[in-house]
This record gives sequence, C-alpha cells and structure tokens, in this order.
Amino acid sequence: MPYTPHTEEDIQAMLRALGLSRLEDLYAHLPQDLLNPPIALPEPMDEDALLRHLRDLAGENRAGKVFLGGGVRDHFIPAVVDTVASRGEFLTAYTPYQAEASQGVLQAIFEYQTMIAELTGLDVANASLYDGASALAEGVLLALRATRRMHVVVSQGVHPEYRAVLATYLNAVGATLDEVALDGDRTPAFPVAEDVGAVVVQSPNFLGRIETYGALAEAAHAAGALLVAVVDPLSLAVLRPPGELGADVAVGEGQPLGNPLGFGGPHFGFIAVREALLRQLPGRLVSMTEDAEGRRGFVLALSAREQHIRRAKAKSNITTNAQNAALRATVHLAALGPAGLRGVALGAAAAARRLYQLLLEAEGVAPLTTPPFFAEFALRLPKDPAEVRGLLAEAGFHGAYPIPEYGENAALFAASERMTEDDLLAFARAFFVAVGG
Amino acid sequence: MGFCWPDQVPLIFERSRKGRRGTLAPRREADPAALFGAENLRKTPPALPEVDELTVLRHYTNLSRRQVGVDTTFYPLGSCTMKYNPRVLEEAARLFVGLHPYQDEGTVQGALRLMFELGEYLKALTGMDAITLQPAAGAHGELTGILVIRAYHEDRGELKKRRVVLVPDSAHGSNPATSAMAGFEVREVPSDADGEVDLEALKRELGEHVAAIMLTNPNTLGLFERRILSLTEAAHAAGVQLYYDGANLNAIMGWARPGDMGFDVVHLNLHKTFATPHGGGGPGAGPVGVKAHLAPYLPVPLVEKTPAGYRLVTDRAKSIGRVRSFLGNFGVLVKAYAYIRLMGLAGLKRAAALSVLNARYLKELLKKRGYRVPYDGPTMHEFVAQPPEGLRALDVAKALLDEGFHPPTVYFPLIVKEALMIEPTETESRETLDAFAEAMGRIAERGLADPEWIKGAPYTTPVRRLDEVKANRRPRLRFGHRE
Amino acid sequence: MKVPEELRYRETHEWVRVEDGEALVGITDYAQGELGDVVYVELPEVGRAVSAGEAVAVIESVKTASDIYAPVSGEVVAVNEALADHPEKVNEDPYGEGWLFKVRLADPAELEALLDAEAYKRLLEAEG
Repeated sequence: MPYTPHTEEDIQAMLRALGLSRLEDLYAHLPQDLLNPPIALPEPMDEDALLRHLRDLAGENRAGKVFLGGGVRDHFIPAVVDTVASRGEFLTAYTPYQAEASQGVLQAIFEYQTMIAELTGLDVANASLYDGASALAEGVLLALRATRRMHVVVSQGVHPEYRAVLATYLNAVGATLDEVALDGDRTPAFPVAEDVGAVVVQSPNFLGRIETYGALAEAAHAAGALLVAVVDPLSLAVLRPPGELGADVAVGEGQPLGNPLGFGGPHFGFIAVREALLRQLPGRLVSMTEDAEGRRGFVLALSAREQHIRRAKAKSNITTNAQNAALRATVHLAALGPAGLRGVALGAAAAARRLYQLLLEAEGVAPLTTPPFFAEFALRLPKDPAEVRGLLAEAGFHGAYPIPEYGENAALFAASERMTEDDLLAFARAFFVAVGG
Repeated sequence: MGFCWPDQVPLIFERSRKGRRGTLAPRREADPAALFGAENLRKTPPALPEVDELTVLRHYTNLSRRQVGVDTTFYPLGSCTMKYNPRVLEEAARLFVGLHPYQDEGTVQGALRLMFELGEYLKALTGMDAITLQPAAGAHGELTGILVIRAYHEDRGELKKRRVVLVPDSAHGSNPATSAMAGFEVREVPSDADGEVDLEALKRELGEHVAAIMLTNPNTLGLFERRILSLTEAAHAAGVQLYYDGANLNAIMGWARPGDMGFDVVHLNLHKTFATPHGGGGPGAGPVGVKAHLAPYLPVPLVEKTPAGYRLVTDRAKSIGRVRSFLGNFGVLVKAYAYIRLMGLAGLKRAAALSVLNARYLKELLKKRGYRVPYDGPTMHEFVAQPPEGLRALDVAKALLDEGFHPPTVYFPLIVKEALMIEPTETESRETLDAFAEAMGRIAERGLADPEWIKGAPYTTPVRRLDEVKANRRPRLRFGHRE
Repeated sequence: MKVPEELRYRETHEWVRVEDGEALVGITDYAQGELGDVVYVELPEVGRAVSAGEAVAVIESVKTASDIYAPVSGEVVAVNEALADHPEKVNEDPYGEGWLFKVRLADPAELEALLDAEAYKRLLEAEG
C-alpha cells in the first residue's frame, strides 16, 4: 500500500502482539451500525496519473498577466524563497513547543517579528495570523479588550472583505460596528464618540489612495479609542509607517512579501502593536532568552494568553497560524534588503502610475482614485466592468475587478514591478478594445 | 544516536553590512516624492538586514539544521497527526499558484471544479450535507461552526436562552476558547472512569439553556465514545446541536462518519488528516461540514455547480457572512484533493487502520517498559501514557531529544497528570516504533536511577533547557528590544 | 509555609489585611508556591468598584494563569505598581512587597465570612 511502510508480515506480527487477527478488529468496539458506511470516492491514482489529472484541471483555468489587486498582487519573488521554505525541517515541523529541537523555526519567527516591527514602526509583532482580514478582526478585538469598549468605527476605505470578516467576528462577541463612507477616494474627518474602542482606517485604502490618518489617530486617542491601521507591507518600504502616524495597532495581508497569488491563499496576516498592548496580542510570540549554559536561545513566550492554557479566557482561539508563509516573507525581506525592497515598491508604484495614465486615455474612463496612490487604483468604466474583465481575459490579461460598492461601473486595477513597459502598453491596448467595443 | 546540529547561528541582522546587496530584483526609475508627495515618505528606511544571497541561503539552511521535522525524525506529537505527506502533493499545489482570486470565473473553472469536488469528497467522508472550505485552520473552522450553530438558534428565536456550550474536560483548549469568542458560556462535562464522556453527568447538564456540545471522537485519550449514539440522541431531544472537532478524524476516516453518529457540524484539519505538512505552525485549512438544516448559515462564498459551469455564490440571506478573505487556503485544498485522489477509499481506510495499529502496538511496548496508561481501553490512533512513578513527563520529553526523537505532547489532556500523549501515525514503520520504545525504556531506567541526569536533559541539542521565566518576565520579542 | 496569624483568608488563597477601613490583598505563601515563578500580574484599575468573589486580577506563571478574586467588596484605591517590573516579589515576599491591590471596604461585615489563620491552615491540610 502506498506511503505506509507496513509489509503484510509486519501487520500480522503486530496484530498478533495485540491478540487480534485482522485490521477490522481494531474497530470491533464501535457501534456496528456506524461501521463501513457506503462512501463514493474515485478509484486511487498513481502519482503520474494524478499529476496528469491535475494538469488537466489546471488547464481548465486560463493563465494571463495579472493586473488585479485587493492586497494580493503579482510581485517578484526571489528563487531563494522557495529553496528555503521547502526545506523539510521547516516544512514538516509542528508549532515549536519543544524549544531545544526547534531553534530553527523559533529564530526565524524572532527575525520575522523584528522585520514586521521595523516595517510598521511599532514595537512588537506576533508570529503571524491567517490573512489580512482575520488579522484585522483580531486587531480590533484586541483594541476592544484594551479599552473595555464594544463599539467600532471603520472607514469604507478598508477592504470590503476585511470589513465583512470583521463584522462576523464582532457580531459574535456582541460588539457594534459603524461605517464611515469615503468622501471621494479618502476617509473624511469625523468626530469619534466616547464609546468607541477602535477606529479603523486603511492606507493605501481599497481604492489604492494613500490616506494620511494622523489627525484621525489624534481624534481617536482624545476619545480614549485606539487607531487600528490596515497597511500594505510592501508600501512601508517607502511610505510613512503606521507607528509614526499614530496607529496603535497595524495589521495587514502579507502576500506581497514572498508569497505567490495562489488563488488567494495560503498567505499570512500580520499584526504589530505598541509595547503597552503586548499582553493583549493573540497567537504565538517568540522571545529571546538563554539556556542553562548562558547560550542565546529562543522560546515561545507569554503562552498563558493562549487557548491551550487559558481555554475560555484566552485572547483568541488561534493555534495553527501561517508559519510557512511568514517564513517566506522573512527570507524574501532578507534577500531583498532595504534597498531591494524599496526598489520593488517604487517599481510597483511607478508601473501603477504609468498604467493609470495609459488607461485614462480611453474614452469614457474616469478616475475614481486620485494620486498619490501605491500599486492599485480604481477607475469608472464606460460599461459593465464584469464584461470588460471577461474581454480582457480573452486577450490574455486579468484586470478590471468590479467594485460596485464604490460606484456604478467602478473597477479596480493593479500593477507591479514585474510589468515591463511593453506589458503595460499591451494591457492598455486590450483595455481600449474592451471598453470601446 | 542523537542529531547532528550546526553551531550557534547569529541573527540575520547581525550578519548585515551596510551597502551589501542581495537578490537582484526588478526596479523602475522613479522619483518617490513625485509619486507619493514628500510628506508621505518614510524618513528612515526599515532596518532590514543588508546581506548577500548566499548569506541568506546559508543562514536559513543552517537554521533549518537546528530544527527537526517529520522529514528528519519520528515525531509522535499527540493530537497533531504528524504523518508523512506524499511529496507529490507539493508539486500538485504548485500547478495552481498563478491564479488571482479576482479573476473572471470563466478563467478559473478548473480551480472551482477542484474545490467543488473536494467538498463532495469531504461531505461523503464525514456524512454531511453541505460544506464550506473557507476557514484557514482547525480553530478557525471551530469558530465558523459555532457561529453557524449560533445563527441557527438565533433564527429560531432561541439564542437568548441557549447561552451555554458544553465541552468535556478532556477537550482541546481551542474548544472553550472558540465558544467564548462566539459569546457563549462554557461548562465542562467530566469524563467517567473509562475516560469517555460521563453520559449521565452530561444528560443532567442538558436543557433549553444549552446551545451546543463540542466533542472530539475518538477523544483526546484516544478512546472512541462508544455511547455516542445515545449521547447525540439525548442532546437532540433537548434541542442541542452537536459539534464534531475533527482533529482526530485520522483514526476513523472511511470506517465511521460523524454525520452517522448524529453530529450536526464537523470541522476537519486538512493539515492533519488530509496530508498538508504543518510548516512549523501552518498554514492549514479547516473546512466545516454541516447537516442540511444548518446549510443556510454557512459562510459565503460557496462554490456551486451549474449547467453553465462552476460559480461562486455570495447572496445567501442567512449566511453568517465571511470568515476569511477570498476563497480560503486554496493551496491546502489542492493538497487534500490530491491526497484523496491518490489514496481512494480503500487507501484512506487502510491508512486509518494502520494509524490505530501503530498506536496500539506502541502502547503495549511502552507498558512493558514501565509506562502507565491510566485509561487503557481500546485506544485508537493515539493514547495517553504516564512515566513510571517518580519521573516527570517533561523530563522524559527532554531526554527523548538526546535519543534523536521528537517527544510526544506533554501535559495534555489536563485530566491526566504527567501526561505523555502519543500519536505515531500510519506512516511509521515497526522498526521505528520498536526503536522509540527501546529509547523510552532506557530513559525510564536511567531516569529512575539518576534523577540529576534526567533533570538536566537534554545534553546534545543546540541549546539546553531555556530560561522561560526570563523570557516571560521580560520578553524580548525583536532584535534590539529592551537592550 | 507561612500563614500569618493576623490576616484573614479566602478559600481561593487570597489574604486580607485590614487597616483604617481599607483591605490590602495578596496571595498566600502556599498559592505562590503552587503557581511557581510568577512572570506577570494583571491588576485592576484604580477606582474600579469590585464585589466580593469577582475575578479582578490575573497572575501568570510560565505555564499557567490564575484568576485572583476580590475577597471583599469596595473600590480599588491602590494597586502595587512595582509588580509591573518585579513580578517575582509575589514569590519572594507574598505577605509584604508582593501585595496586589487595596480595596476601600464597602461592607466590613464581609470580613466575617473570611477564614482566620487557623481555619485556613485546616483548609491547606485538607487540600494536602
């Protein structure tokens, strides 16, 4: 039998040692009505047939250059990222409970925590969360715990799917959520009431626009609330970090750092906070310490916040997070360094700006996003964006994601440093045809 | 025996040299102030390491050598199902990495078909009527499942009175934590002398105030709840929903189904049972299957099959909403799909049976070497042992590291003192189990004879026991923190 | 194991010292020993009104976290801020520098419900 080492002789000998004669005997104590239910599954395949089948399935998808965003974009990934992340020691380890045999993963997490703290300009980061949306939900729950309040205000500039996930989590604990509509492509100034525990803003926001939320952070703090910022980690190579803009909590989607598009996952979410909020963080944290002989080592710390100890009083129920995706980001950031990351960020933003100018030349296309923006922007199209997206796909491009919440015929676009001038021109030509026809 | 470890590895930041460059990445000439406005620019760059690519590769390769995984050693971590995952699954997942979740549905039909078919397989294997693949991990699936139950009670106007979730005292900590996140009060139900749920005690707790019961079956002692049918019947009679924590499904896949036992909701840990490596702590995936009466409450989007092809459905009035962005951890779903296609039903059943055979065989070997098994019933894929009187579980675990084995889960479940929770999985050979038992025997013998020795273990690992008090009193969570 | 005669005790191993209508609260020598090395203490806010039996603080050791219950009702008038940097004081001096918080008594009669040193010693013996 595949992927198990037992010979018939092994099985017989082991059964004999247990006083049994057949494998079925291992289930003899289960209620008989439950045993061996009829289950229809396809016949097994060998490896080669499996890959053939999967290639056929993959062939039913249509490849193309990706000009789509929503916080997940087609960025450059150094080859060394795959090499490291597929090392069996990293890939096939569990959560590093046994520190002495897990220094590799633990140190890598410590390095990751450092990098996220550096990027966000905040004091501490945890070891990762599932994705940007659940990171936002955890960040807001953290703010509610810290302020002992149950009301949240979120800007419409926050990713619609993140807002949806946030609503699910808040509904669960009985907290309430208000939305502030965008004024054009920016979050307007608004008064923060005394019962608000968290104010949530995203920059660059879902329309790509860079938001300056320093004044909003001040208003939040004056009301005793915390400011939670949703940020694009790549943009932080060049843009002012949330820690400097007054955010208490920064969260985001980590995909742009070394993780492929992957049809939306697995990626990872990140969260960073000010020192005062450290003990409110959900999930794993790794601390540097020493062993009995004074050697430096790393260990999971502050576990008493976590579900396996605190049970119903834990900060979150999270256990498995997204370590291998976070490891990819760690290696990615190390391989690019500050200069390389800055080059990629600027390259993506410059490509997006160039594409914006090109697409605006099409008749009937109007900007919904105004500069400055980072790697994504929204346009109003002269026809149904879903149709435009379909026509673009036929020409070998993926772009024009319909975002009806932001206006009739509104569509989202993105570019990255991977697109050459020729790529941008080719996409623009296909776009002209799609919106013109 | 023992491992071969590299020496101390400095932090990547300590290898940084100003002006050193790594991978050559694409770039474009651009003026940041013109692009973003000077006021939006970061004044000082983030202090990321400046290292060359070989240094990066060597650094992380050497870190990996200070790490054990299933690829390097036997890893019998109870409740975690650390089995070998066929490597072809990694290759399978790579076939789909170029897709963007916002592509036109017509361009991702293969991916949607895979999701739909996987959903059908998992429904068949669990005996459920509908499924969501969106949750990103087991605990995320738990939250999703409990919110579905919550929405069901709310819809029926019963949420105000149904405020309690019952969990056995042997449950995973995530169960009570999840219930609390969903706003429920948690009450523990005791286990009986055999280690199964105390059915009479449970029945006394049942009533109109109870929303759900969360159970793992086989439970965390490795025991199948033999009275499960009476249990679920009594719960349903009181209007209580039954939640199945799928962490231990590996023991019974194909042999028995939660749906047939009377469960209304089940989450699966695809990264345990369905062959995705754990990655040092994820990513995983935690699909949630439900019976038909709960289907309207599942999160959106769901994949639907229509005559015109596969599509994503988002407009469902009673849905709990979204629990994750996009479509969940699709890459993990590909591996689960591929694993099921590779194994077929017969292969899955055989894998389950061999996981039980291995665990039972190992249990007998350990009993012969002085280890105690307090709930020694017909255990399945895992069992909970205690060291011989006078030894501590933690010390045995640390001594195992010097023997070249990853230790079992320790101090869980909470109802067994000095617990060693052992799950060998089906992919380990008889020789490995024999060698592990020999090592456990040596440790017990020497540990009893030489208490100082075992308290000092491990001796051969890259670091010895770490100062956790220091790490927790004054945590240093990043380079330069508190220095 | 020290059980000072002049203090009152709660079954959950908190002690109370009453001075001028204010109750100083800490955990007992026995409790700190059971917890092991204390790594963090989460204290209530000054000004918070607490009722007897309410969980108002949390003491964390490496492997566990324990709720601390208010032995008496009243307003929290002070907390031991030194514990933020030196949680080990709870282990080193549980009846002195390791005190947790001070409550202005709302109802002095509640003290009668607490154990005296003899009764607390008997409780410890019973718990083995």
